Amino acid sequence: MNTAYVERATAASRIGAGFAVLLLAAGISLPWWSDAGTMRLLVEFFCFLVMAQMWNLLAGYGGLVSIGQQAYLGLGGYALFALANHAGLNPFLCVPLAGFVAALIAWPTAKLVFRLRGGYFAIGTWAVAEVFRLLLANVATFGGGSGQSLRAMAAIPRETREPAAYLMALAAAVAAIAVVYLLLRSRHGLALTAIRDSEVASASQGIDVAFTKFWVYIVSAAGFGVVGALYYMNILRISPNAAFDVNWTAYVIFIVVIGGIGTIEGPIVGTLLFFLLRETLAQFGAWYLIALGLIAVVVMLYFPGGLWGAVSKKFDLHLFPVRRWLRSGK
Amino acid sequence: MFGEWLNTIVQGVLLGGLYGMFAMGLSLIWGVMRLVNIAHGDFILLGAYLALLCGETAGLHPLAALPAVVALMFALGFVLQRGVLNRTLGKGLLPPLLVTFGLSIVVQNLLLQFYSADSKALSAEGLTTASLRLGDSLAIGWFPLGVFLAALLMGLGLQVLFARTAFGRKLRATSDDQETVQLVGVDEKKMYALAMGLAFAMMGLAGVLLGMRTSFSPTDGPANLLFAFEAVVIGGLGSFWGTFAGGILLGVAQTVGFRLDPGWGLLVGHFVFLGVLLFKPEGLFPKTR
Amino acid sequence: MTLLATRGLTAYYGDFQALFGVDFELEEGEIAAVIGANGAGKSTFLRSIAGLHQVSADAVSFAGGSVGGLGAHRLARLGVSLVPEGRRLFPSLSVEENLLVGKSTGRAGPWTLARVYALFPRLGERRDSPAALLSGGEQQMAAIGRALMGNPRLLLCDEISLGLAPIVVKAIYDALPALTHEGVSLVIVEQDIGTALAVAQRAWCFQHGRVSLCGRADELTRDAISRAYFGL
Repeated sequence: MNTAYVERATAASRIGAGFAVLLLAAGISLPWWSDAGTMRLLVEFFCFLVMAQMWNLLAGYGGLVSIGQQAYLGLGGYALFALANHAGLNPFLCVPLAGFVAALIAWPTAKLVFRLRGGYFAIGTWAVAEVFRLLLANVATFGGGSGQSLRAMAAIPRETREPAAYLMALAAAVAAIAVVYLLLRSRHGLALTAIRDSEVASASQGIDVAFTKFWVYIVSAAGFGVVGALYYMNILRISPNAAFDVNWTAYVIFIVVIGGIGTIEGPIVGTLLFFLLRETLAQFGAWYLIALGLIAVVVMLYFPGGLWGAVSKKFDLHLFPVRRWLRSGK
Repeated sequence: MFGEWLNTIVQGVLLGGLYGMFAMGLSLIWGVMRLVNIAHGDFILLGAYLALLCGETAGLHPLAALPAVVALMFALGFVLQRGVLNRTLGKGLLPPLLVTFGLSIVVQNLLLQFYSADSKALSAEGLTTASLRLGDSLAIGWFPLGVFLAALLMGLGLQVLFARTAFGRKLRATSDDQETVQLVGVDEKKMYALAMGLAFAMMGLAGVLLGMRTSFSPTDGPANLLFAFEAVVIGGLGSFWGTFAGGILLGVAQTVGFRLDPGWGLLVGHFVFLGVLLFKPEGLFPKTR
Repeated sequence: MTLLATRGLTAYYGDFQALFGVDFELEEGEIAAVIGANGAGKSTFLRSIAGLHQVSADAVSFAGGSVGGLGAHRLARLGVSLVPEGRRLFPSLSVEENLLVGKSTGRAGPWTLARVYALFPRLGERRDSPAALLSGGEQQMAAIGRALMGNPRLLLCDEISLGLAPIVVKAIYDALPALTHEGVSLVIVEQDIGTALAVAQRAWCFQHGRVSLCGRADELTRDAISRAYFGL
């Protein structure tokens, strides 16, 4: 008699895992065979990848559309500057600390902002980001409206700084994907997928929807905080208008929507596409952004699963084994 | 001293009238179809730029261009809802928010492309500087007063529209139950398009008045959205008068804040918004169904 | 003449099939009763005719024309009015406003506010009350009144006796035969078999999405109905 069993991996995911290991090896060794320019570009790439995963976690799985996550990016960046410039801590240590600071601030913020729902929640998160921007622009120690430079880095030589920043960014990207992946494989992940599919149904099954959403918001904030620290450590100068710019969210939304919302592979595909488009189209200035916006609108209307959604459906491809398959035999 | 503070508050009230205008459009759309248009502020700006265009090409005074702008905006809103936004309804939370966010980016950058980031203003030749003097320190500008009265009339008009007309009844019925309303012969998709057209017309008016009152640039859209949104939250959902009151409170908070310290003007407004959210999340004048 | 006919009507809720090829016809001026157990597809049947479900164009014909799949608001304008299950009055409107919204079909005809209030005097007394505050029976009268204000040729009534006291049900059903004299034909879906058969000319029994029995209401036996109802 055939016994049924539940399997998580698929052929594609096994091949994908092997490929990922190769990529990781190449990535870790990169400082030894590539140049500074490439490393700086990759730091930016990894930053966007982490943000995309975090925003996707929040919106695609938690059902919370935030257009204010740049608040935590800015807070993370300023936390780095505060701790490194003013408290004298090692800048590299400040990166994970920045994530922690962002999470700490996200806690009471969530309590406040969760009083709003849906579209009003979205704008509310934006209002909060604005408040942080204005507050920091008024603080003289951080250089007020014109910002300040990361003096603490002056002591560290370039040959150490650049590879270190790169490796931290790579680690952050891997960690972000790993966190999302492990989260989705766990009991909490099942809860998230259920919430994504139907809030009412999952609440009736005993899932504490509010609690799950709260934690997802905190994790997402921490991720953005880490990115803020990494990014501004990489470019060595911060200012409130840049750090809290809503365009951060615009780019991230573009990446997640076009790549494929609600999947782990989607944000990766989206970030790749975004950087490809940027390298080719950014010279066109405002038209570039208009094109991004229009593409996002069209994709959202006609291809809600994004690029990865279309591919995944057509070829039944799943690289990250978060689902459970019922198989028979053995 | 007291006179100066009174003056500040009066200026705040008048500013609040404009915010109330911004907010009523947002509130109307949310009330009828539960849609939040992230590009709301950008389309208000579009109204100002359309008036600018009329001024540049046909030499029209902004108020003379107003009917054309309002009509154009109505048509734009109607077509946008019919062609794009209707497709996002009923499919969950993400599509309307993400599509309107995309539209916000598109509108901002189109304006940037054609008008650059320089500040522009709509000429209003003397209208905007003339004022009514009451006592020593109280000066009420005719124009801000006019804007306030326009906002008041707008609120009144909306109230009458919704409560007394057949169209208003159909809108309320559509927002109550968009399936059953079809059973009595109402094309709900057309209702949504008409409602959006109306909201856009209001936004066009608000934009022209905004442009005559202050200078503007393409990236000001999001700020307008935030003010509209904060006014709605402060006032409470469900009634146009509540929204209007919210706008006034926000305007007063901002002007008082500016008086205390120019860097803190906007922040005081934000704090009032956050305060209401913390202590009275349903708003100060909510209307429960 | 045949006012309404369905041929091979099928309907789905997503992947779930609710109707499996239903053939039905109604003469002008007739009252037909549709009975059956819960989940038999009776409501789906009415909703499909009213245009709330996607069906093929030829599956439903009304007054000689194919109307399958036309949107609900277009069918309402053609004269097909559904009184939905659960009444579904507009809660933020008053009773009178609910009735007035019923005029949105734009159809000419004898039905006015005065006539509806004459038919259901209780409504006249409560005309300015918010619809949500009415009793079940008053809400049902208002829902029927709202549908009548559209001057329909065909009135589809979905479980109008549900949750109402027998005396209220009787008051409502007493008013129905008079409607046929005004040019309104009726299809009534009912759980209360006795009440339905007393007022209808023909009865149709549904079971698992199919018509299991049909015949003249006064000729059907208790036995035949039980068998058709439960499939025994």
